[in-house]
Amino acid sequence: MIIDHPLLGPRDSAEFTYMGDAKLIDRPDPDAATAARDFYDYAYLRDNPAGWHDELWFHEQGDRSWLVVTRNTITHEIRQVRLARDVARARGRST
Amino acid sequence: MHNLTTLTALGGADARVDVFDHITIAENDGLALASVAARMGQEAACQAHLRTLLGAVPEVGRAVLHDPEAGFWMGPDQWMVGAPRATHEMLADQLKDHFGETASITEQSGAWVCFDVTGPAMPDMSERLCNIPIREMAAGDVRRSVIHQLGCFVIRRDAPDHIRILGPRASAQTLHHALITAAQSTA
Repeated sequence: MIIDHPLLGPRDSAEFTYMGDAKLIDRPDPDAATAARDFYDYAYLRDNPAGWHDELWFHEQGDRSWLVVTRNTITHEIRQVRLARDVARARGRST
Repeated sequence: MHNLTTLTALGGADARVDVFDHITIAENDGLALASVAARMGQEAACQAHLRTLLGAVPEVGRAVLHDPEAGFWMGPDQWMVGAPRATHEMLADQLKDHFGETASITEQSGAWVCFDVTGPAMPDMSERLCNIPIREMAAGDVRRSVIHQLGCFVIRRDAPDHIRILGPRASAQTLHHALITAAQSTA
Protein backbone atom coordinates (compact mmCIF):
# COMPACT_ATOMS: atom_id res chain seq x y z
CA MET A 1 0.00 0.00 0.00
CA ILE A 2 1.32 3.46 -0.91
CA ILE A 3 0.36 6.55 1.11
CA ASP A 4 0.63 9.81 -0.82
CA HIS A 5 2.08 12.06 1.87
CA PRO A 6 0.91 15.68 1.39
CA LEU A 7 4.47 17.00 1.87
CA LEU A 8 6.78 14.17 0.84
CA GLY A 9 4.85 12.46 -1.95
CA PRO A 10 4.15 8.72 -2.31
CA ARG A 11 5.75 6.66 0.46
CA ASP A 12 5.60 2.98 1.35
CA SER A 13 3.03 2.29 4.06
CA ALA A 14 5.70 0.25 5.91
CA GLU A 15 7.13 3.61 7.02
CA PHE A 16 3.85 4.46 8.78
CA THR A 17 2.13 3.23 11.91
CA TYR A 18 -1.66 3.05 12.16
CA MET A 19 -2.81 5.09 15.15
CA GLY A 20 -6.57 4.56 15.12
CA ASP A 21 -9.78 6.27 14.13
CA ALA A 22 -9.41 9.95 13.18
CA LYS A 23 -12.32 10.68 15.54
CA LEU A 24 -9.61 10.78 18.24
CA ILE A 25 -9.01 14.38 17.10
CA ASP A 26 -12.43 15.35 18.49
CA ARG A 27 -11.60 15.09 22.17
CA PRO A 28 -14.64 15.98 24.29
CA ASP A 29 -14.81 19.02 26.55
CA PRO A 30 -13.73 17.83 30.05
CA ASP A 31 -15.81 20.60 31.65
CA ALA A 32 -19.07 19.61 29.98
CA ALA A 33 -21.89 18.27 32.16
CA THR A 34 -21.83 15.05 30.13
CA ALA A 35 -18.02 14.70 30.24
CA ALA A 36 -17.96 11.25 31.87
CA ARG A 37 -20.28 9.79 29.23
CA ASP A 38 -18.48 11.68 26.42
CA PHE A 39 -15.08 10.36 27.45
CA TYR A 40 -16.46 6.81 27.76
CA ASP A 41 -17.59 7.06 24.12
CA TYR A 42 -14.33 8.71 23.09
CA ALA A 43 -12.10 6.13 24.75
CA TYR A 44 -13.97 2.90 24.04
CA LEU A 45 -16.58 3.14 21.30
CA ARG A 46 -15.57 2.95 17.64
CA ASP A 47 -17.44 2.52 14.41
CA ASN A 48 -16.15 -0.34 12.31
CA PRO A 49 -17.20 0.64 8.81
CA ALA A 50 -16.90 -1.60 5.76
CA GLY A 51 -16.00 1.19 3.35
CA TRP A 52 -14.62 4.68 3.67
CA HIS A 53 -12.91 5.47 6.96
CA ASP A 54 -10.88 8.44 8.24
CA GLU A 55 -7.79 7.06 9.95
CA LEU A 56 -4.78 8.46 11.79
CA TRP A 57 -1.41 7.34 10.47
CA PHE A 58 1.92 8.33 12.02
CA HIS A 59 4.90 8.70 9.67
CA GLU A 60 7.21 7.03 12.16
CA GLN A 61 10.08 6.33 9.76
CA GLY A 62 9.69 9.61 7.92
CA ASP A 63 8.99 13.17 8.97
CA ARG A 64 7.01 11.94 12.01
CA SER A 65 3.93 13.89 11.06
CA TRP A 66 0.44 12.60 11.83
CA LEU A 67 -1.87 12.18 8.84
CA VAL A 68 -5.59 11.74 8.36
CA VAL A 69 -5.87 9.08 5.66
CA THR A 70 -9.29 8.46 4.09
CA ARG A 71 -9.09 4.76 3.20
CA ASN A 72 -11.60 2.23 1.94
CA THR A 73 -11.38 -0.68 4.36
CA ILE A 74 -12.72 -3.10 1.70
CA THR A 75 -10.49 -2.19 -1.25
CA HIS A 76 -7.60 -0.38 0.51
CA GLU A 77 -8.07 2.48 -1.95
CA ILE A 78 -6.92 5.78 -0.49
CA ARG A 79 -8.98 8.81 -1.51
CA GLN A 80 -7.43 11.64 0.49
CA VAL A 81 -4.40 12.27 2.71
CA ARG A 82 -4.17 15.38 4.89
CA LEU A 83 -1.88 16.57 7.69
CA ALA A 84 -3.71 15.85 10.95
CA ARG A 85 -2.78 19.23 12.34
CA ASP A 86 -4.48 20.96 9.40
CA VAL A 87 -7.61 18.89 9.98
CA ALA A 88 -7.52 19.64 13.72
CA ARG A 89 -6.97 23.37 13.19
CA ALA A 90 -9.80 23.50 10.66
CA ARG A 91 -12.02 22.20 13.48
CA GLY A 92 -10.77 24.90 15.85
CA ARG A 93 -8.31 22.70 17.74
CA SER A 94 -4.70 23.70 18.59
CA THR A 95 -5.02 27.22 17.24
CA MET B 1 39.66 19.08 36.94
CA HIS B 2 39.34 15.71 35.30
CA ASN B 3 41.33 15.13 32.16
CA LEU B 4 38.81 13.15 30.14
CA THR B 5 39.19 11.98 26.57
CA THR B 6 36.13 11.82 24.36
CA LEU B 7 35.35 8.62 22.47
CA THR B 8 33.70 8.44 19.09
CA ALA B 9 30.28 6.86 18.63
CA LEU B 10 31.97 3.55 17.71
CA GLY B 11 34.02 3.71 20.91
CA GLY B 12 37.42 4.52 19.44
CA ALA B 13 39.76 7.36 20.29
CA ASP B 14 39.79 8.31 16.61
CA ALA B 15 37.01 8.22 14.05
CA ARG B 16 36.94 4.92 12.20
CA VAL B 17 37.52 4.77 8.45
CA ASP B 18 36.84 1.63 6.40
CA VAL B 19 38.29 1.72 2.90
CA PHE B 20 37.23 -0.62 0.12
CA ASP B 21 38.17 -0.36 -3.55
CA HIS B 22 34.78 1.07 -4.46
CA ILE B 23 33.51 2.57 -1.18
CA THR B 24 34.90 4.49 1.77
CA ILE B 25 32.87 4.55 4.99
CA ALA B 26 34.14 7.23 7.34
CA GLU B 27 32.76 7.86 10.80
CA ASN B 28 32.36 11.63 11.14
CA ASP B 29 33.04 12.63 14.71
CA GLY B 30 33.31 16.35 14.02
CA LEU B 31 29.65 17.29 13.93
CA ALA B 32 27.65 19.27 16.48
CA LEU B 33 23.88 19.02 16.06
CA ALA B 34 20.81 20.68 17.50
CA SER B 35 17.16 20.55 16.50
CA VAL B 36 14.98 23.61 16.02
CA ALA B 37 11.20 23.37 16.42
CA ALA B 38 9.13 26.50 15.82
CA ARG B 39 6.76 27.31 18.66
CA MET B 40 3.07 27.67 17.90
CA GLY B 41 2.28 31.14 16.57
CA GLN B 42 6.01 31.92 16.16
CA GLU B 43 6.53 30.06 12.86
CA ALA B 44 7.28 33.16 10.77
CA ALA B 45 9.66 34.68 13.33
CA CYS B 46 11.45 31.34 13.70
CA GLN B 47 11.88 31.06 9.92
CA ALA B 48 13.29 34.60 9.82
CA HIS B 49 15.93 33.61 12.40
CA LEU B 50 16.66 30.46 10.40
CA ARG B 51 17.14 32.59 7.28
CA THR B 52 19.69 34.85 8.97
CA LEU B 53 21.52 31.78 10.28
CA LEU B 54 21.62 29.66 7.11
CA GLY B 55 20.92 32.16 4.33
CA ALA B 56 17.71 30.31 3.46
CA VAL B 57 15.03 28.19 5.11
CA PRO B 58 15.42 24.51 4.13
CA GLU B 59 12.43 23.44 2.01
CA VAL B 60 10.57 20.17 2.54
CA GLY B 61 13.01 17.27 2.10
CA ARG B 62 15.94 19.60 1.48
CA ALA B 63 19.14 20.75 3.18
CA VAL B 64 20.85 24.10 3.05
CA LEU B 65 24.59 23.31 2.86
CA HIS B 66 26.04 26.46 4.34
CA ASP B 67 29.16 27.27 6.42
CA PRO B 68 29.65 27.11 9.30
CA GLU B 69 26.06 26.19 10.16
CA ALA B 70 24.08 23.94 7.85
CA GLY B 71 20.54 22.70 8.26
CA PHE B 72 17.91 20.36 6.88
CA TRP B 73 14.16 19.94 7.10
CA MET B 74 13.01 17.19 9.49
CA GLY B 75 9.27 17.73 9.62
CA PRO B 76 6.65 20.49 9.56
CA ASP B 77 8.22 23.50 11.33
CA GLN B 78 11.19 21.39 12.46
CA TRP B 79 14.78 21.50 11.29
CA MET B 80 18.15 20.04 12.26
CA VAL B 81 21.10 22.41 12.39
CA GLY B 82 24.68 21.14 12.27
CA ALA B 83 28.08 22.82 12.57
CA PRO B 84 31.70 21.76 13.13
CA ARG B 85 32.08 20.45 16.67
CA ALA B 86 35.52 22.04 17.04
CA THR B 87 34.06 25.54 16.81
CA HIS B 88 30.42 24.93 17.83
CA GLU B 89 30.51 22.41 20.67
CA MET B 90 27.85 24.46 22.50
CA LEU B 91 25.69 24.74 19.38
CA ALA B 92 22.39 24.29 21.22
CA ASP B 93 23.20 27.14 23.61
CA GLN B 94 24.25 29.35 20.70
CA LEU B 95 21.01 28.59 18.86
CA LYS B 96 18.98 29.20 22.01
CA ASP B 97 20.42 32.71 22.13
CA HIS B 98 19.82 33.19 18.40
CA PHE B 99 16.20 31.98 18.30
CA GLY B 100 15.07 33.25 21.71
CA GLU B 101 11.44 32.43 22.41
CA THR B 102 10.54 31.64 18.79
CA ALA B 103 11.73 28.03 18.85
CA SER B 104 12.48 25.10 21.12
CA ILE B 105 16.09 23.98 20.73
CA THR B 106 17.27 20.51 21.68
CA GLU B 107 20.88 19.38 21.80
CA GLN B 108 21.27 16.44 19.36
CA SER B 109 25.05 15.87 19.18
CA GLY B 110 24.85 12.99 21.63
CA ALA B 111 21.93 11.36 19.85
CA TRP B 112 23.34 10.67 16.38
CA VAL B 113 26.22 8.90 14.74
CA CYS B 114 27.33 10.27 11.39
CA PHE B 115 28.87 8.28 8.55
CA ASP B 116 30.16 9.74 5.29
CA VAL B 117 29.88 7.20 2.48
CA THR B 118 31.79 8.00 -0.69
CA GLY B 119 32.84 6.10 -3.78
CA PRO B 120 31.60 5.01 -7.20
CA ALA B 121 29.45 2.19 -5.76
CA MET B 122 27.62 4.52 -3.35
CA PRO B 123 24.28 4.37 -5.27
CA ASP B 124 24.40 0.54 -5.46
CA MET B 125 25.17 0.33 -1.78
CA SER B 126 22.45 2.80 -0.90
CA GLU B 127 19.89 0.76 -2.83
CA ARG B 128 20.76 -2.31 -0.77
CA LEU B 129 20.40 -0.36 2.46
CA CYS B 130 17.16 1.58 2.20
CA ASN B 131 14.19 2.27 -0.05
CA ILE B 132 14.97 5.82 -1.09
CA PRO B 133 15.30 6.81 -4.78
CA ILE B 134 19.01 7.60 -4.47
CA ARG B 135 19.57 8.09 -8.22
CA GLU B 136 16.75 10.65 -8.45
CA MET B 137 18.02 12.64 -5.49
CA ALA B 138 20.07 15.78 -6.14
CA ALA B 139 22.69 17.44 -3.95
CA GLY B 140 20.98 18.77 -0.83
CA ASP B 141 18.09 16.25 -0.88
CA VAL B 142 17.39 14.65 2.49
CA ARG B 143 15.25 11.60 3.24
CA ARG B 144 14.45 9.97 6.50
CA SER B 145 14.12 6.25 6.06
CA VAL B 146 14.93 2.88 7.61
CA ILE B 147 18.36 1.24 7.43
CA HIS B 148 18.64 -2.15 9.13
CA GLN B 149 15.54 -1.40 11.27
CA LEU B 150 17.03 1.96 12.35
CA GLY B 151 15.46 5.31 11.53
CA CYS B 152 18.15 7.29 9.70
CA PHE B 153 18.56 10.50 7.73
CA VAL B 154 20.26 10.20 4.35
CA ILE B 155 21.66 13.43 2.92
CA ARG B 156 23.02 13.72 -0.62
CA ARG B 157 26.03 16.00 -0.48
CA ASP B 158 27.62 18.18 -3.17
CA ALA B 159 30.00 15.52 -4.51
CA PRO B 160 28.00 13.14 -6.75
CA ASP B 161 29.34 10.01 -5.00
CA HIS B 162 28.86 11.25 -1.43
CA ILE B 163 26.02 10.57 1.01
CA ARG B 164 25.96 11.38 4.69
CA ILE B 165 24.00 9.06 6.97
CA LEU B 166 22.80 10.13 10.41
CA GLY B 167 21.63 7.25 12.57
CA PRO B 168 20.89 6.64 16.24
CA ARG B 169 24.15 6.89 18.17
CA ALA B 170 23.21 4.18 20.67
CA SER B 171 23.03 1.77 17.70
CA ALA B 172 26.22 3.01 16.01
CA GLN B 173 27.83 -0.45 15.90
CA THR B 174 24.68 -1.96 14.39
CA LEU B 175 24.49 0.70 11.70
CA HIS B 176 28.22 0.34 11.01
CA HIS B 177 27.78 -3.42 10.62
CA ALA B 178 24.95 -2.83 8.14
CA LEU B 179 27.08 -0.39 6.12
CA ILE B 180 30.08 -2.74 6.03
CA THR B 181 27.88 -5.66 4.99
CA ALA B 182 26.29 -3.63 2.19
CA ALA B 183 29.70 -2.37 1.03
CA GLN B 184 31.02 -5.92 0.82
CA SER B 185 27.95 -7.11 -1.07
CA THR B 186 28.49 -4.50 -3.79
CA ALA B 187 32.12 -5.51 -4.39
